[in-house]
Amino acid sequence: MTDLSKIRNFSIIAHIDHGKSTLADRLIQHTGGLSEREMSEQVLDNMDIEKERGITIKAQTVRLDYTAKDGETYQLNLMDTPGHVDFAYEVSRSLAACEGALLVVDAAQGVEAQTLANVYQSIEHDHEIVPVINKIDLPAAEPEQVRAEIEDVIGLDASEAVLASAKSGIGIEDILEQVVAKIPSPKGDRDAPLKASLVDSWYDPYLGVVILVRVIDGVIKKGLNVKFMVGETEHLIDRVGCMRPKIEQLPELGPGEIGFITAQIKEVEQARVGDTITTVKGGATEPLPGYKEVQSVVFCGMFPVDAADFEKLRESIAKLRLNDASFTFETESSAALGFGFRCGFLGLLHLEIIQERLTREYDLDLITTAPSVVYRIQMGKSKTEPAGELMLHNPADYPDPSRIDVIEEPWIKAVIYTPDDYLGSILKLCQDRRGIQSDLTYVGGRAQVTYELPLNEVVFDFYDRLKSISRGYASFDYEQIGLRQGDLVKMSILVNNEPVDALSMIVHRDVAEARGRGMCERLKDLIPRHLFKIPVQAAIGGKVIARETISAMRKDVTAKCYGGDISRKKKLLEKQKKGKAKMREYGNVSIPQEAFIAALRMGEE
Amino acid sequence: MARALYIHWPFCLKKCPYCDFNSHVRDTVDHAAWEAAMLRDMEHEALIAGDEALESIFFGGGTPSLMPPALVGALLNRAQQLWGFAPDIEITLEANPSSVETAKFADLAVAGINRVSLGLQSLDDEALKFLGRLHSVDEGLAALDVAQNHFSRVSFDLIYARPNQTESNWQAELTRALGFGTDHLSLYQLTIEPNTRFATDVRRGVFNPLDDDPAADLFEVTHQLTEGAGIPAYEVSNHARHGQESRHNLTYWRYQDYCGIGPGAHGRRGDQATLRHKKPENWLSGVDEHGHGLRKERALSRPEQASEALLMGLRLAEGIAFPMLSERFAIPFDRLIDQDRLTMLRDLGFVWQSNERIGVTSRGMPVLDALLGELVNSELVTA
Ligand SMILES: Nc1nc2c(ncn2[C@@H]2O[C@H](COP(=O)(O)OP(=O)(O)OP(=O)(O)O)[C@@H](O)[C@H]2O)c(=O)[nH]1
Ligand SMILES: [Mg+2]
Repeated sequence: MTDLSKIRNFSIIAHIDHGKSTLADRLIQHTGGLSEREMSEQVLDNMDIEKERGITIKAQTVRLDYTAKDGETYQLNLMDTPGHVDFAYEVSRSLAACEGALLVVDAAQGVEAQTLANVYQSIEHDHEIVPVINKIDLPAAEPEQVRAEIEDVIGLDASEAVLASAKSGIGIEDILEQVVAKIPSPKGDRDAPLKASLVDSWYDPYLGVVILVRVIDGVIKKGLNVKFMVGETEHLIDRVGCMRPKIEQLPELGPGEIGFITAQIKEVEQARVGDTITTVKGGATEPLPGYKEVQSVVFCGMFPVDAADFEKLRESIAKLRLNDASFTFETESSAALGFGFRCGFLGLLHLEIIQERLTREYDLDLITTAPSVVYRIQMGKSKTEPAGELMLHNPADYPDPSRIDVIEEPWIKAVIYTPDDYLGSILKLCQDRRGIQSDLTYVGGRAQVTYELPLNEVVFDFYDRLKSISRGYASFDYEQIGLRQGDLVKMSILVNNEPVDALSMIVHRDVAEARGRGMCERLKDLIPRHLFKIPVQAAIGGKVIARETISAMRKDVTAKCYGGDISRKKKLLEKQKKGKAKMREYGNVSIPQEAFIAALRMGEE
Repeated sequence: MARALYIHWPFCLKKCPYCDFNSHVRDTVDHAAWEAAMLRDMEHEALIAGDEALESIFFGGGTPSLMPPALVGALLNRAQQLWGFAPDIEITLEANPSSVETAKFADLAVAGINRVSLGLQSLDDEALKFLGRLHSVDEGLAALDVAQNHFSRVSFDLIYARPNQTESNWQAELTRALGFGTDHLSLYQLTIEPNTRFATDVRRGVFNPLDDDPAADLFEVTHQLTEGAGIPAYEVSNHARHGQESRHNLTYWRYQDYCGIGPGAHGRRGDQATLRHKKPENWLSGVDEHGHGLRKERALSRPEQASEALLMGLRLAEGIAFPMLSERFAIPFDRLIDQDRLTMLRDLGFVWQSNERIGVTSRGMPVLDALLGELVNSELVTA
């Protein structure tokens, strides 16, 4: 066991892309966790999709042994966290398991929205925060200005902030020394009843369900019978260890330590994050406070393109959920799309990632319906049904409008942080999305603007638009602030006079027409010409508010066919048949799969 | 069995930029060797499918008018010995309208050719140049004149829907063409085929093919003018006075058997599809080694044959006799043709149906490929 005074637990937090994972690489390398050969860039980002997109999705923990200048060897437990707002819950869990944080700030970008959001969380935990100004190797780096920003905007003492370059390995030793010197060691009692918090769990094909724990009091070891206090299940521990980042088995984990256990658990469901682990005999009586429940904010339907793939989709979603308990799903059936699932996500990036993993890792062709938020509807009574309340997850379930008394939608408070130059266009974007400005502060050459916005205006492409109008410089963070009444209507899209469920959406009456026009225009480009002309309409109830027409195909014929060579024409038939398998048919119109997703991108407005 | 024989002559003086047919340019051709090989390939086919008199022979290419008339004569003599000729046999040869080839027309007629299909391609010198043709309009018209003197039936080809071609331009060209007094015309819209020089040109932006909408307009003009002149379309791109259709090509479209000899020739005998080596040298050595140029003989399943019969038959204005097809392939009508689609396309005016027949209307012809994708029951298609 390691003496408590020789343990340091800390998270690395920052805005997206400021270099957390790269810094983790250097710290692992410096302390000899991995050899040169085993090292790769952002080695902790081990999912394919993380590597490809260059972002962290899941927090990762790694244990380092560091011999400091004082001659003592310390056990450092480092948690690399994601920077994207969709995965903020990963940060909060990690922070709860630590006594301090490395706050990484990009020397060229300065303080951004997620810098603030994450640092405030860390301060709430009474953490010791060690600021690191990273990427000082960049020509655009302005470390002194960033140092001032950290002091002005956040209110932290940055006089000793380490000037570092994770890329070139500058300042790494300094960072390690400050971790040892400034971050407090954990407290805990080895002889008290076991109390360990369940920080994370995931499915490993070799080990089964792996649980990341932070021991508060007591000792956890192989062969111990433990109880999950909230889940009320009992398990026999069969492995104890830590990641370096390779798996290393240990005899035990003592107070203050972070490591993993396995206990022959089949489903991640059973190892609920935030639960408290204690011993079956002589265990603790009070569980730890636990974490805030994560709640899905964006919902969409996912249907197999080929109805025969439904079972495969079910299995794949279930498997994927073993690794990501943060999305929800339930079966859904739609007249047009058949059987599928209604899934809930933490945000649009999360949605996109799950969708991509399903298509790629499980080789499924999917139709994803328009993302939607949850509406609360107060319904008056009808002849057959009493008055009541309905939580609407799916525009397809929109009730008879005459029964709707009040409809409420979720609102968010969005904090946008941007260089002055882009402020004008950003204000316009927020205004167009029904935003209400509540605050605008100028700090140096930057502005921080706070808006209240309806979430349904944000779920489509707000983030993309924000990035594009600010050339990537603006950052964005939000929190939900509750439901508000709105003049909301269901807009249906009709293709060849038939409603296409997957494209219907709930919109505010004031923007319905513009939205409808945009959708019709895009669909006109996305649906190929057919043998007849196709009206594409947007409608509210029975009233058409926008309309486009796809003109009929005029020419499609093989002019010359002789010499008795039929093979090429037959190939054409085969190709047509394959093409059709990738389309969905509505009112005799074949709509290509890509159209469903592409139609939702709002494009330039 | 087969009552039609196709003979492929694979050589050209120059490859045309739009052509994706099996044609090859060679400095010299050993005519004696080719004659011997063609005869052997023919004999092999006749042995298997030679029990009925031939009703048509077609020399295609390549450029079969480059063949020495004596070689043509020798092949026809042998074919007559092997199969026998029906009394009114149609023997067609595709000819290039150059002066050199025109000089052979008299001898070709003597050899037995009674129908010529002339590759005029355009009545505009600029267009001929664009199409990579070696002849001029004057030369072409002179060839047409000579052909009409020597052969009882003459047809010619034109390629239209060229880049930037306007309706009035094509109207004038076609009206002029209709005045030459032939009873058959093949009018092909220019299509850019993969692996041709035109495909490369288009990719590089050298020119843009005519858009579908104006091309469709030209198609309509073509059908109106030819109809008015008494030589309506009997197939997508082929027009004839009644009774003057190419009987040989009708064999393909009606999905009857045909023998095909020479490099790359396709054939159908019963449920067998035959294909010969495409490259001239490979075909030659095939004949040398095995006594025939066959590369592949493949049995076609009934559904496959049915799909071919539909693909071909629906190109014809006369359409298909569906009770006959059902019986021939032992497949019920509703499994040949998607009935829902049939109803829909009939209502849209693309397809007509009578008691015994189904066909594509002249409105449907320009979108035939799309119609086939809808009509042919997908169970017949392997994908
Ligand atoms: N020039 C320079 N580039 C750096 C430095 N540190 C990181 N980068 C680059 O910045 C980009 C983002 O680095 P990551 O380490 O993935 O950033 P992150 O903070 O982990 O990002 P998320 O996990 O997605 O929030 C990568 O292209 C790195 O190579 C640095 O010190 N100098
Ligand atoms: Mg990262």
